[in-house]
Amino acid sequence: MGFFARLFSGNNKTKMSFAEKLKYVFTGSEITEDFYDELEFALISSDIGSKTTTLILDELRDQIKDKKIKQTDKAKELLKDIMKDILKKAEGEDLGFPLVLMVVGVNGVGKTTAIGKLANYFRTKGKNVLIAAGDTFRAAASDQLEVWAERAKVKIVKSSEGSDPGAVVFDAISSAKAKNVDCLIIDTAGRLHNKTNLMEELKKISRIVEREMPNAEFHKAIVVDATTGQNALSQVEQFNEAVGLSDLVITKLDGTAKGGFLLSLANEFNIPVRFVGVGETIDDLLPFNADEFVDSII
Amino acid sequence: MGLLSNLGEKLNHIFSKLTKKGKLTELEIKEAMREVRVALLEADVNFLVAKDFIAKVTEKAVGEEILKSLTPGQQVIKIVRDELVELMGGGAAKLEVSSNPPTVILMCGLQGAGKTTMCGKLASLLKSQGKRPLLVACDIYRPAAIDQLKIVGKTANVEVYSESIKNAVKIAENGIAHAKKLGLDTVIIDTAGRLHIDETLMGELIEIKKATKPTEILLTIDAMLGQDAVNVGKEFNEKLDITGVILTKLDGDTRGGAALSVKAVTGKPIKFCGIGEKIADIEPFYPDRMASRILGMGDVLTLIEKAQANFDAEQVKKMEESFRKNAFTFDDFLMQFEQINKMGNIKDLIAMIPGAAGKINANDIDESRLVKFKAIIQSMTPRERLNPDLIKASQKKRIAAGSGTTIQDVNQLMKQFEQTKTMMKNMNSGKSPMSLFGKRKF
Repeated sequence: MGFFARLFSGNNKTKMSFAEKLKYVFTGSEITEDFYDELEFALISSDIGSKTTTLILDELRDQIKDKKIKQTDKAKELLKDIMKDILKKAEGEDLGFPLVLMVVGVNGVGKTTAIGKLANYFRTKGKNVLIAAGDTFRAAASDQLEVWAERAKVKIVKSSEGSDPGAVVFDAISSAKAKNVDCLIIDTAGRLHNKTNLMEELKKISRIVEREMPNAEFHKAIVVDATTGQNALSQVEQFNEAVGLSDLVITKLDGTAKGGFLLSLANEFNIPVRFVGVGETIDDLLPFNADEFVDSII
Repeated sequence: MGLLSNLGEKLNHIFSKLTKKGKLTELEIKEAMREVRVALLEADVNFLVAKDFIAKVTEKAVGEEILKSLTPGQQVIKIVRDELVELMGGGAAKLEVSSNPPTVILMCGLQGAGKTTMCGKLASLLKSQGKRPLLVACDIYRPAAIDQLKIVGKTANVEVYSESIKNAVKIAENGIAHAKKLGLDTVIIDTAGRLHIDETLMGELIEIKKATKPTEILLTIDAMLGQDAVNVGKEFNEKLDITGVILTKLDGDTRGGAALSVKAVTGKPIKFCGIGEKIADIEPFYPDRMASRILGMGDVLTLIEKAQANFDAEQVKKMEESFRKNAFTFDDFLMQFEQINKMGNIKDLIAMIPGAAGKINANDIDESRLVKFKAIIQSMTPRERLNPDLIKASQKKRIAAGSGTTIQDVNQLMKQFEQTKTMMKNMNSGKSPMSLFGKRKF
């Protein structure tokens, strides 16, 4: 059983309300206007957003007309293909090493937790991992990260709350060079994306990495909470403008698992979805696969 | 802040088309409503809530009354606004106080909603109102959650009760006993964030509720929450019978449709909102003001309240006179910066000025530049400040050197100053937001 299939099967606490809604849409009856209304409801309720929903529905209407399809259950495969095509636009190339991964995002999306899981993922792939506790803003953030570093069995460079994140990153880079680290993961302060200071801070960290580790592959990943609505687009847009994002990490895809904005994101940005987090244990953050994702939700 | 201002801008845009026309046909209203619906959905208002809302508004707008009216566009706006106010629920709600102290406030919500931070803000607010609160750390799962609450408590200058045992119910009970012993009148219980479908953790919350008999059970909701906001609200309300909602992260650029959805589905009042990163960034939730903001009518009341608290009446009067005479000088400009600094985040203020919401993009304003601008003005001579025309190339050079900036910075400030002057001139010809201050007694 695949990762997503496992995720959305009845075995764990999650249920895919999206899939449930679609069950009543693709009943095999004749295609009427009601069918499109119901489908629109299901798509929008999954946070796909009205723009991308309209795009999907228009494409589906065209194909149904072209292929002269009359029954709703036949339309299901078409819908899946349309969704897969959209998500495939956002599939990334393989990661290279040595890798510096700067992790950004607004507060409360699960950044620190995701970093713990990422560190664990790379370590189990045989990489030498180091974490830089660059969130010197939120109370107790580096303590929380330290617990995750212990769980992931990797080292961490941190300093006291309120100190300069640039200095922490610089120290971490020195340490990474000395210890031949393959993968340096940098935590950053989670603040709302419309705060100018934060964006400046991120640019500064980027400059330090580019200057001190010119030969490393430098990735900037944004962590987005799957329960977020259309504001996810604004978050990605603004962080992308500020630092140029290379990857998306989606957390909290368990729960009622909406995450429909994955489609809006893929539709509007060419940024690969790299990892998705689906639970609370350390090994439930895994690489994203468009086909498997779509197959398991519909 | 940009509180729902995106939605406001959209509705403004839709209705600007309406207002320009004389009378409305049924078809036109339906067309406008379709755009309102898209705006609401893009704002993350739940699909069904939006549908219901549109149906209600359309029904009212298509009625005879509106068609007879001379300004149907205005009427439609009023109907939309009234419906929004109703959807977000009547008047302002206050925190209940137990007749048998301590008053227990149980905080709950999803992970990352901002519960721990909000606990600190609430404690700080209550303290400023003369209460004696205690924070109790019952999030025994998230690493360093207790440390975070302790730091937040320190900032709020409120004691934090914690234990290293793995029993949240017991900690809550002991916390209340501790408050009684110290004669504290309010207990705020921070709990672990949980998914609303997590049976085990929801069970724990029910146990805490049974053991502590809270007066208030407040659900903390991230304003950025999407379509799922209705399910979150519904589940927590069904399991715990919550008494109210706190909306967090409203200082972001989210359109905050979750506010509409949660109220509609739970029927419980939104009591407070979190509007920033600092401990004092908490505000009561006023549905009527929120609705006005949504429609781009600006939040005049909040602005006036903030101004009352922070503005120096004499200075305002002077500044207003300057505006009126169009004799706006660098001294006024500097004073404006200082006043604004006292009032808080400049973006918040812009969102609250009627008519400014669509015209000034709050994200264009870089607060660090204000610091620079202040330094530049302070490096000018008093004469230069009164008469900006005196500032030529050599003066600019001196001012730049004196303020530790560049000539480009000085030029930028001069440009900004001219723009502000023009803007003030325009505002004077219309309804000036500053004149609103003048009418009130400080």
